[in-house]
This record gives sequence, structure tokens and C-alpha cells, in this order.
Amino acid sequence: MQIKERERIEKRLEELEKMPSFKEEHSIAQMLQEKGISRRDFMKWAGGIATMLALSPAYTPLIAKAAELSDRLPVIWLNLAECTGCSESLTRSEFPSIDSLIFDYISLEYHETLMAPSGWQAELSLQNAMEKYKGRYILMVEGGVPFGDEGRFLTIGAHAQTGKELAKDAISKSAAVFAIGTCSSFGGVQAAYPNPTNAKPLSSVSNRSIINVPGCPPSERNIVGTLMYYVLFGNLPALDAYSRPTWAYGTRIHDLCERRGRFDAGEFVENFGDEGAKKGYCLYKVGCKGPYTFNNCSVSKFNSGVSWPIQAGHGCIGCSEPNFWDTMAPYEKPLADRSFQSVFGGMGADWTADKVGLAVLTATAIGIAAHATIMKIKESKGE
Amino acid sequence: MANKRIVIDPITRIEGHLRIEVEVDENNVITNAFSSSTLWRGLEVIVKGRDPKDVGLIVQRICGVCTSSHYRAGIEAVEDAIKVNLPLNAKYVRSMIAQALFLHDHIVHFYLLHGLDWVDVISALKADPKKAEQESFKYCKTPYATGEAELKAVQEKVQKMVDGGQLGIFANGYWGNKTYKLSPEQNLIALSHYLRAIEVQRDAAKLMAILGGKQPHPQSFVVGGVTCVRDLLDPSRLAEWKTRFENVKAFVDCAYYPDVLMAGKMYANEPSVVQEVSVPNFMSGDGIALNAQENLFNAGYILNKDLSQAFKIDENLIMEECTHSWYQENKPLHPYDGETEPNYTGFVEKMTIDGEGKNVAIPAINEKGKYSWIKSPRYDSKPFEVGPLACMLVGYAQGNERIKRVVDEFLQASGLPVKALFTTLGRTAGRMLQTKLIVDYGMETFNALIENLKNDESTYTPCPIDEKKEYRGRYIGEVPRGMLSHWIRIKDGKVENYQCVVPSTWNAGPEDSQGKKGPYEANLIGMKIEDITKPLEIIREIHSYDPCIACAVHVMDTKGNKLGEYKIDPKYLG
Repeated sequence: MQIKERERIEKRLEELEKMPSFKEEHSIAQMLQEKGISRRDFMKWAGGIATMLALSPAYTPLIAKAAELSDRLPVIWLNLAECTGCSESLTRSEFPSIDSLIFDYISLEYHETLMAPSGWQAELSLQNAMEKYKGRYILMVEGGVPFGDEGRFLTIGAHAQTGKELAKDAISKSAAVFAIGTCSSFGGVQAAYPNPTNAKPLSSVSNRSIINVPGCPPSERNIVGTLMYYVLFGNLPALDAYSRPTWAYGTRIHDLCERRGRFDAGEFVENFGDEGAKKGYCLYKVGCKGPYTFNNCSVSKFNSGVSWPIQAGHGCIGCSEPNFWDTMAPYEKPLADRSFQSVFGGMGADWTADKVGLAVLTATAIGIAAHATIMKIKESKGE
Repeated sequence: MANKRIVIDPITRIEGHLRIEVEVDENNVITNAFSSSTLWRGLEVIVKGRDPKDVGLIVQRICGVCTSSHYRAGIEAVEDAIKVNLPLNAKYVRSMIAQALFLHDHIVHFYLLHGLDWVDVISALKADPKKAEQESFKYCKTPYATGEAELKAVQEKVQKMVDGGQLGIFANGYWGNKTYKLSPEQNLIALSHYLRAIEVQRDAAKLMAILGGKQPHPQSFVVGGVTCVRDLLDPSRLAEWKTRFENVKAFVDCAYYPDVLMAGKMYANEPSVVQEVSVPNFMSGDGIALNAQENLFNAGYILNKDLSQAFKIDENLIMEECTHSWYQENKPLHPYDGETEPNYTGFVEKMTIDGEGKNVAIPAINEKGKYSWIKSPRYDSKPFEVGPLACMLVGYAQGNERIKRVVDEFLQASGLPVKALFTTLGRTAGRMLQTKLIVDYGMETFNALIENLKNDESTYTPCPIDEKKEYRGRYIGEVPRGMLSHWIRIKDGKVENYQCVVPSTWNAGPEDSQGKKGPYEANLIGMKIEDITKPLEIIREIHSYDPCIACAVHVMDTKGNKLGEYKIDPKYLG
């Protein structure tokens, strides 16, 4: 680990330590004890987070300390034009099993799906949090922002404030902003052609730096991990061209796919449910968009590692990419005949990846062609 | 004295954006009520012109709470249109994924969303854990997570949160409201289950992920079948399913069921939860295939709260209209046809009571005009309630033996009369009973799948779409919030028209042209509110339907519009 970087983190943690605690009598160490979680398990968890953030094991004690200090972080969560899938994904957070505890610990000041009060009292919770923790709360936003008809396709609260106004206000008083999910990051499904409500990403509302955590929905790990990064570094993580943290979105699905060997060997599922499907062949020919998609699903999976789409036999649909609903369609047909440019709107997530991707795509086309030829030869020989 | 107006926006602990307004008389009795959805996304417009095989994945994004419902509906509407012969394994997998959804959705709803309307978290702090342990045996022989030590730990956990002055999501709740009826000990039992529900729901979600790849938004359905063949051929995956299913069943049997039983006994005399419904008609769809022939739930409807006969649904009698919805066209139309464009007219300023009891002028619903993004679906010109309660009532009237058993057992155990079913309390109990049915009978599907896999590994039927032909098809079925239908027309190999009639639309829609109200609005009228600055009774009633508002809002396409000719008024382009 870089000495400088380490010092920077240590300094950041010292700063946090000096901040007034929200819950004096309530240290995380105590809570862990109550929950029957040993210090050893906790350190194991911190190690898991380090691995997840692609940090060296030397970071583990720092992560543990950061988690212990995370009670300094009030969180406000807004729901805009969305389906609540991202909130649902958040509540799946389990592995390591104290994620939810950490989440209890980060004081969730406002979350419409989970909070007790409604109406005026809900509005009060929001106002209180925004004033009390001005400049110190983390804002997490789920959903796109409808701009059409002056934003009136979405109003929230007794005063019928538009989602657009509410988001702008909440961003302006926050310490950091995370756009959770593809809707908030890039506009999402309601922004797909012809975008009847003129839905836009959260970044259209303000000039503030916003960290995008796309996915439809993103895995529980990517949501929690992004929070942890902020606690650790106190600034933005390394981001790609679409403001996605590279620790989670730095590699292609295809690069670390469990079926990559099948791809390299030219073994493809031709039809769902065929012999190849039973053997776990590559899904490229039935529409997998793994080669064009930057995310860590192939490693982190979903629901504490139970599965992910490719394991369930369906291709990736590219859900963490901008405008994927339009650029990745049809979802069950390959993109081999389309140029790389169309997928990324002319700009790769990073230029190196761009070149690599082009090579991959060519290789895929060649792979399919070669495979098709072999099949043809076999068929003609009556095998 | 003139009527007062109360506005509740946002209604929290639901899916989506919902505003409720009521008027109360001098005795604080509700004289009129209005329900308004305040978000429109337009997904039905977006699927137009696309590959029909892509529709399922797109419409799944209508909702992440009842995730997989719209996915399946979108896939099966297309299969119905092009007439696919679905392999049995695919039928069973879809049924099992539906079961996983019902289990997850209902547990999350009762504890995380609806529970705080019945359970006073702060009162639980006053409980005696030892007495609470004894209390728990009154409702269950083998209670779940109610040992004295555990209850004490739960209490301390919440007490610390309160002492730290950091209530988070529990801040500003309606604690201490007079319509909370559980004793401190009973509140503590339910609070312990609230915390355990957070763990159990993850298991229920994993059930779906085992066969679906992930949850929310599984990805293993395709037009023609399912893709999870490797999971089906892997005995360890099937064993995992069985184990997680049993974990969830234990929670339903020993926590969810006893808690609703307890609430049933304690709330039996609370007027706001046992007020009988004003919309007396109930409808439900087919649901949960148990084997090749038999479903757990069967489609039908009842009229005027009459449990002596159930009727068959005539699909041609389903209409939607927009007299009070923010769309151009008002007249009733069948889902295959539609003539709607957005026509947002907003709110008008009115005097209302705020959270401190002061009279304030704020934007409010204009009930004389249009006031919601939700439409008003009607069957044979009548409003209907849909949902788990409707499913139980229709099944009861049909003489469905499984349903009759659980309903009768519950009525007997709680001492509640049959008419108690037609109430907020009955609605909440109905959802639990539906969950109970799934944990009691769901494994029949699993067993049918195992039996079938012995000599049949097929999971998919190739099904090309002929670009020269025109097709139309639909899906109608029972999902966690009630009867769902999707309607599709396909032309030139592309989606020409798409339409969803969603459970929450039936329940939450505004008045129709005849002045008839849907369940949300009609069933609030006549309820007395204890404290109009904290209208817990209204929130409890609305939550009992488990609103899913993103689902409820949609737009029909313009009739006769050709593909690619959908035009949006420039004023909507921001």
C-alpha cells in the first residue's frame, strides 16, 4: 500500500474521531458484542470489505476503524421516479452478516419505504435531518428525475414539491451524493426511448460531484461498499468516465465470467435449454452483453452470492451501462453486428478498455464464425 | 362548522408516491376521501415498437417490490399471443418463483411496512420480558424468538436508540396514539419479530435467486420457458430451496400467524379497523400452479359480500376510464384499445390542517377535475377490490377446500365473526392466510417438479414470431397485491400496443364518471379520526391494501397509432 495513501486515510479517520458522536453510549464494539459477533468475526468482515474494494489486506484494520466511526454519518435516502428495487436490494445486505447492523448504525434519517411517519411528520423528519446535519449527511438517491412539464410528473409532500426541486435542495446541503441504481445514475427505464417524461440522471440537477452506483438494481454489496469507501477516504473513489467507482465497475462482466473458458473454446448456447445450456456454455449468441458491461457481478454475484443472471442461464443485459435499455436491445440477440461505438455512445468507459473491448468484440465475432464453421463441417459429415 | 381537510403526502412505507386527502366533519368523521398518485413514468409507451421478447425484462421494472410479477406477465402475454406450448418444468419454476415472491412480499409488508400501524415501538420499552414470554404462548405452542433473554436484548437495543436521541426511521412516528391496542408485552413480541423479519426476508429473497439469478429483478424467464436448467439439474440447488423454504415456513407458522391472531383479538373492537367495507365486490385471478392441472388459487369474483356463490370472469367486461385521471380521454375503454395522452392539471390551493393543527393554504386535490395518474378500472361498470383478501373470499365462495380450511381455522382461533373478514383487519388477516396457504401447500409444486425431472429435462420451446402475422394476447393471474393483467398486440414482429391493468389500480383509482369510488376512497368514508394531526387510522387502512403505486400508474397508447408514430406534445419535453 502507498505510504501516502495510508497516511491520508489515517488522518481522515482521526478527523472523524474528533467529530462529535451521535451516539456516545453506543459504540459499535458494544453492539457487536450484543449481537454475539466477536472481534475476530468483525475483523474478518473488514477483510472481506477490503477484498471487495480491491484493497490490500493491510487496509483491514483501517476499515474496521472506519466502520466503528460510521455512526458519524446520517443518511438521507430519496425515492424519485423509480420502482423501489434499489431499496429492496439494500435490504438484502447480509454477507458479511453485520452489514445490516452497520446500516442501523448509519442513522437512516429519511427513507420513505421504511420510515414510521407519513405526511407532515415525514416532512418534519426530512427538514430536521437537512438542518441538523447540514453539510454532513450522505444523500442517496434512487430513481430518475422527470424534467418534462417542469418536473411535474413527480411531486412529493403536502406542498407538492417536484422531485427535481427536492433533489436539488437535498444535494445542496449534503456532504456527498450517491446515485443508487441505473435510473438515478443515467435516467434508467423511464428515460428509454421515447422518454415520455423527459427523465434525466441525478447529475442533471446539480453541478456537484455525484458518485454513480448503477445496476438494475445494483447488488447489495455495491451499495454498502460505496458508503464504506466514503468513510475511509472522505472523498470520491477513483471513478471511470461515467462516475462509477472503479473498484466495483472497473472490469467487464466478460473478463471474469465463470463461462469465459467456454467462450474462448468457442462453445456457445445456440438455444435456451439446449445441450450447451445444460453444460454451461457461453451465452453470447443468445444475447449476453457481458463483453460490453462494466460491473463486478461475476465475482460478487447477488443475494450474498446465491446466484447471478449468467449462472441462471440468461445473458447479461448490460444493466449498469448508460442507456442500456436502448443500446443493448434486443436483449436475447448478440450485438456482434453492431459497432462498439453504438454501445458506448462513442466513448468507452476508459480508453484502454475501449481498445481492449474492440479486440474482444472482434474475437467474439471470429469465435462465433469459427464455431459456426466447425458446426457446419460436423453437420455435413453427418456427425 | 365547516368540514376540515387533511392531506397526507407522502404516504410512507409503501411502494411509490401516493397522496391521500380526506374531509372530516365537526366530530372528525371522514365524509369524503381522495387518492392521488403523484408519479408517472410511462413504461407502456416505452415498450412500443420493441422486440416482444424484450417486453418482460422492461415491464419488470414497473416495480421492484412485486419483482418477477410483471416480468412473468410480460413473457406470458407474448406466449399467449403466439401460442407457446410451455414445458412443464418452466411452468413449475415460474410457480415456485411466484411462491418466493408471495412469501417475501407479505412478510416484508406485514412487519416492515404495515407493522408499525399495529405495533407501538415505544410502548414495547415498558414491557416485562418475562410476562411477554408467557404471553407469546397464548398464540402459538412453539413461539418464535420470544424467550425472555432475547426479548430483553431487543428492548435494550431499542432503548439505546431512544436514549441516544437518534431514532432514525422511528423518529416522529405516531407512538402513543390511542388506537394502538396491543399491551406493552404484545408490542415487544411483535418488535422482536420485526427484527427477525429482516433476516427471514433475505431467505425468502434467496429462494427466488436460486432459480432466478437474483432478487430483486430475476432474469431467468424467456418467451418459451426458463433458462435456469443448470440449477434444476443440480441437486444441491434443489436442496437449498427446500431448506430455505422450511426456514421461511417456520417464521410464518410461529411468528406471522400468531402475531396476526394476537392483533385480531386485541383490535376486534377498534372501530377504525373493523368498519365494514363500502365496496362489496371482490375479484381474483388464477395463481400458484401446484401440479400440471391444479392451482392453489382460482379466478373468479363475488358480489355484495355474498360468500354463497362465485362467478366466472368475462374478460370483455373489464374497462378503464379517466374521468378524474390526468389523461386526455375520459370514456371507458377495453385494455386492448386505448386512447390516452397525459393531461396534467395539477393541484389547486385549499385550506388544510397541518401537522400542528394549524390551518394552512397548500396545493390540494381538485376533486371536481382530474387528480391522479391512476385510472379507474371497472368490471361490468362496478368497482372491485382485489388482493389477498379478495383471493381468500373468492376461494371460500368457490368452495376451495384448502382456502376454506385456513379461513375457518383462523376465524375459530380468533373468535372473529365472518363479517370481520370485510374490514381492514380482515384484509390484513387475508394476506397472512394467503402466506400460510403457500407455506402449507407450496412444496407440492416442488415435488411435482422433482417427479417431472426424472424423465423430462426440457425447459424451453423455441418460438419464432412471424413478422407477417398480427397477434394479440394477454396474461391474467394472481400476484401478491391481487389480480394482474397485461395485454399486448404484436404487428410486424414488434409491440404495437401494451397495456397493464394492475392490482393497485383497482384499489387506488379515483372516482369514475358515475361518482362511484374505488376501495381506497370509499372504505375511508365514515371512519372517525382520533387526532387529525396524526391520522394513524387512515394510514393503517391504506397500508392494509399494500399499495404498489408505481405499478398502478400507466398510460394506454393512442388507438390506431402506427408503430413509431407515437407523438409527445412538445410541452412534455421539458
